[in-house]
Order: sequence, then structure tokens, then C-alpha cells
Amino acid sequence: MKRSVPLIITFLTGFFLVVAFFVPHEPFGELEQRLLVWFAIVSGFTMLLGIDNLIRSHARRIARTNTGWGHSIVLLMGLVVTVVVGVIGFSRLGSPFHIHSPFMFVYTHVIVPLQGTMFALLAFFIASASYRAFRARNTVATLLLISALIVMLGRIPIGAAISDFFPAAQEWIMDVPQLAAKRGIQIGAALGAVSMSLRIILGIERSYLS
Amino acid sequence: MGHRRLVATLVFLGVLALVGGSVAARPLEEGTSAPCACSVSANDVPDDGGGAISVSWDLATTDASPSVTRFEILRYATGEEPVSIGEVLSTNTDFQDVNADGGTIYQYIVRTHTRDGFIDSVPSDAALATAQWFAHGRAPSLIALILVCGSIIFFIIRAKGGAELFIRKIPGLDAVDDAVGRATEMGRPVLYVPGIETVSEVGTLAALTILGHVAKKVAQHGTPLLVPTADPIVMTTAQEIVKQAYAEVGQSDRFDPSSVFYLTYDQFGYTAGVDGIMVRERPEAVFLLGYFAAESLILAETAHEIGAIQISGTKETSQLPFFVAACDYTLIGEEIFAASSYLSHEPIMLGSLKGQDLIKIGIVYLIVTLVIAGSIGYAISPDGTSTLSRAVEAAALWLTGS
Repeated sequence: MKRSVPLIITFLTGFFLVVAFFVPHEPFGELEQRLLVWFAIVSGFTMLLGIDNLIRSHARRIARTNTGWGHSIVLLMGLVVTVVVGVIGFSRLGSPFHIHSPFMFVYTHVIVPLQGTMFALLAFFIASASYRAFRARNTVATLLLISALIVMLGRIPIGAAISDFFPAAQEWIMDVPQLAAKRGIQIGAALGAVSMSLRIILGIERSYLS
Repeated sequence: MGHRRLVATLVFLGVLALVGGSVAARPLEEGTSAPCACSVSANDVPDDGGGAISVSWDLATTDASPSVTRFEILRYATGEEPVSIGEVLSTNTDFQDVNADGGTIYQYIVRTHTRDGFIDSVPSDAALATAQWFAHGRAPSLIALILVCGSIIFFIIRAKGGAELFIRKIPGLDAVDDAVGRATEMGRPVLYVPGIETVSEVGTLAALTILGHVAKKVAQHGTPLLVPTADPIVMTTAQEIVKQAYAEVGQSDRFDPSSVFYLTYDQFGYTAGVDGIMVRERPEAVFLLGYFAAESLILAETAHEIGAIQISGTKETSQLPFFVAACDYTLIGEEIFAASSYLSHEPIMLGSLKGQDLIKIGIVYLIVTLVIAGSIGYAISPDGTSTLSRAVEAAALWLTGS
């Protein structure tokens, strides 16, 4: 019973959503949109579960003085401060998202720069990963190195200045072998997704159920 | 004095606005060189649930015509006065009325506005918004779905009947046991990152199904497991999956609910959190499976720097090169969806893989056939007028639903 009820719900939901894709008439037509609204409501409430989990796990870490417990204090303080400035913005300006609200100040001057900092790290990681990937250890890696060099040279002005070969070759690499491989992977992934969805709808795939 | 000037200015501006307004709203006389919307047609929007009528028109202008500023669409039912229902820019020649009543017959007038005034079109023919029981434009999808499902179900039935099914080796999945074993030997935890999306993303679902298998191995070996999540629904689902895995191998008492935890919904906040966990906890095995975006390489490279064995997988073709470059093993595209079947070794699950392989072969044959036919058609007539070229083009358009 504990397993069969979720399996029946899964089967009926999956089946009717597939039907709704092909039948625009009522009552199927707006089924997907309606279920998406339900999903948004459920996910809104589960956010409370997430916050609860976050507070509990960091409070536990502080209480046990685990490694890095100081970071947990900063995190909980950040959580409290963000909530407080949000409430202040709401009470004073009618919305925490008002351009002059303290919440937006925190967002613009703390969160956005931190996000930018993390994203900027990508440049260094690309350099280190490329260095490893482009070492010509075998034939495949050598081919990768050569194509990468052609694509890089073809996409910068100096490549065209050296020879017209580089822009033309990089265009061919991107439009023919690269696109063919990409589409092959996409077709395989789409079929895999259909297959997995079918296994879930038919109740064959149950590992997501407890 | 200043006050009087201000009042006079306001009165002057008011009069100007009134005069200007009356000029703009003035109907133009028939037969002038004014541009006009002609051949207005109104038709039911096909393949919809009703309530929508598509209105389109042509614009008739001459060299002497003033430029059109906008079109206004008026609608009326029999015995009613025309009512404005919307406006479009002068560059548009169509409009969709999405608020039509199902049982009412409507006619439409397109009002062409210029700087000098406006002119109304001849009313369109009567149109009725109806709902359809089948979206004809999706017929190719239905046929494809029937073929895919039919093939998968056929092989599942064959597998149930005891047929031997060969599945090729997937090194990334064979390495799961080794990775968990190595972490156990080193006495370090296993870090499982299920991506940054919620459960409605099919890649996340695939990651959660693999988590069950990894959690069983971890529970058998008594290795610590860490599962940081970016979505509360994923967190609760993952907690249940891990708990179930521990129970299935008889290690329920070893399950630590705090091993599956929520970090943040923010993409780079989550990345920073996971990177921090990697640096502090030093996991020996890192699984990066699910949906990833720009953070994929940041996570993979950090895992490489701490010396962990990395098994990654995603269906996102934009992130796959990063994983291939940085990780020890990568599940490419479909392999992440095949993982659960592959790891379970259950015949019914493997049957579904054979079914999708058969369809893949069919797609390859179809592509090769169309390419050969198209090339022959081009050789016969390079301008694309040969019967073969037209047939290939028609087939391609039908397959793409155009």
C-alpha cells in the first residue's frame, strides 16, 4: 500500500500529461499548466523545509563546535540579517524589492559581487583543465589539441591575419563534426529520457521511492 | 505674474492637446491615399483548446501614403457594436484574439492609424473559436512516441520471458564500486552532488535513481556519505532514497539524516558551498550527476585538486566537454539515464535499454536514407526541383512538425 499508492498516482499523472500533449480540448488542454501551478505551490512550501534543515544543521555544528563552526555563525547571521532587511523594506517601502530598500542594497552590494567572484574563478579553472586535456598523450588527445588550436586561432583576429584557413577551418569544425556529435548526443539523451520516463510511469523504475 | 503665465501656458498646452487629439482620432475619407488594412481574414486557431481566433491582413499603401503608426483591432458579434480588443505595432500584420467565447460568431475590423487619422477595413468573414480533440501538428510526435514505447515494451516483455540481452560496458558506471571502495579504504567520505535543478528536470531524476545504488554501496561498506542539495524537494527525496538504501542492506541504524542537507538555491552560492565541503571534508570519491550549468568545471576542478576520483554525468551538451576534460569518468548524455538499469542488472530494466537502442538504430537509418536521397536529388537537379528533393524536403518538414 505504501508503494502502490505513489505508483498509481505516478502512472495516472504521467498518462494524463502525455494525453494532454496531444489533446488540446478540455479537460486535458490546461492540465500541464494546472499541475505546474500545483508544483509551484508545493515547492514554495518545501522551501520552509530547506530553511529548517539549513538552520538545524548549522546550529548543530555550532553547538558541537565542529570544524568550521565559525562559518556557520556567519551563515546564520547572514540569514537573519537578510530576513530583517527584507521585512524593513516591506514595511517602509511596500516591497523588499524596491530599488531603495535595504534588501536590494544587500543584494546589489553583497550577493551580486559574491556571485561574480565565483563565476570569475571559471576562467582559471578553464585554463588548468585545458592544460590537462590538451596534453598530447595519445592520438585522440592530439586530435583534440589540433582542433582546439584551429578553433581558437579561427575565432581571434590574429588567426585571420595569419591565414584565411583558420576562420574557414574553425567554421567547418564547429558546423560539421562538432554539431554532428552534439546532435547525436542530444538524440541519445532524448531517447534515454523517454525510456526512463516510461520506466517511471509503468512503475518499473522505483528507486526514487522509499 | 508668474502664476498667470503658468496658467496661460497650461491652457495653451491643453488646447493644443485637444486639437492634436481630435486630429489623430479623425476618420480619413474613403478614396484618399491613406494606407489601409485589406483582405482581413479571421480563422480559428488550429490545434488549441478553443477561445482563440487568429486575425491577419495585408497592408495596401501607395507612395503618397502617410506612414502607419499602429493597427487597432475591433471585434463584434452579430447585433453588437465593434469594440476595441487590442493594438499591434505598424510592423505587424496579424493578431491573436485569445479571449473569444467558444459559442459566439465574431467579425473583425482592423483600424489603420496614421498621423493624419485612421481608416477602417472592411469587416472580416465570420469566425468561430472551436476546441480540437487532437493536435494534428503533433502527429509525428505521436507516431514517434508509439514506436519508442512499442519498442521498449517489446524488449521488456522479451526480457521478462528470459531472453539474454547484451548491454555494452559503461566504464563510468563500472567505476562506481571502485570509487566507493577506494573511499572506504582511505577512510574518507563519498560526496554525491545531484546538480542544481529540481525534480521536474529529468537529469535530476536520473541522478536520484543512481544515488540509491551509490547509497547501498556506501551503506554496505560503512563509508560516510555527503549529499548537498540545491533544492528542498530534491533534499527530501534524496533523504528518503538514502534512508531506504540503508534499510535494504540492513544498516538502518547507520543512516544519518544530516548526511543529506540543503545548501542554497543560488547557483554560485551552491557552488561555493560544495567547493567548501570538498576542501574541508576531503572526500575520496566525488559524484557530479544531474543538471549542471556554468558551475560544472568549478566543481570538477576542485574535486581534481583535492585528489578525489570523479564520476560525472549530464545530458547538457554545453557542459559535457568540461566534465570530459576534468573528470576521471563521464557519463555522456543517454548513459546517465541508462545508469539505473545498468547498475540494477534487472532484465526488465535492461529490456528498456535495448528498446531505445533499436529506435536509435532506426533513427540512424532514417538520417542516412534521407541524406542519400537528398544528395541524389541534388545531383539530378541542383535547384531542388526534382521529385526526390521535394519528397525529402516534405519528409523533413513533416518530421520537424513544420
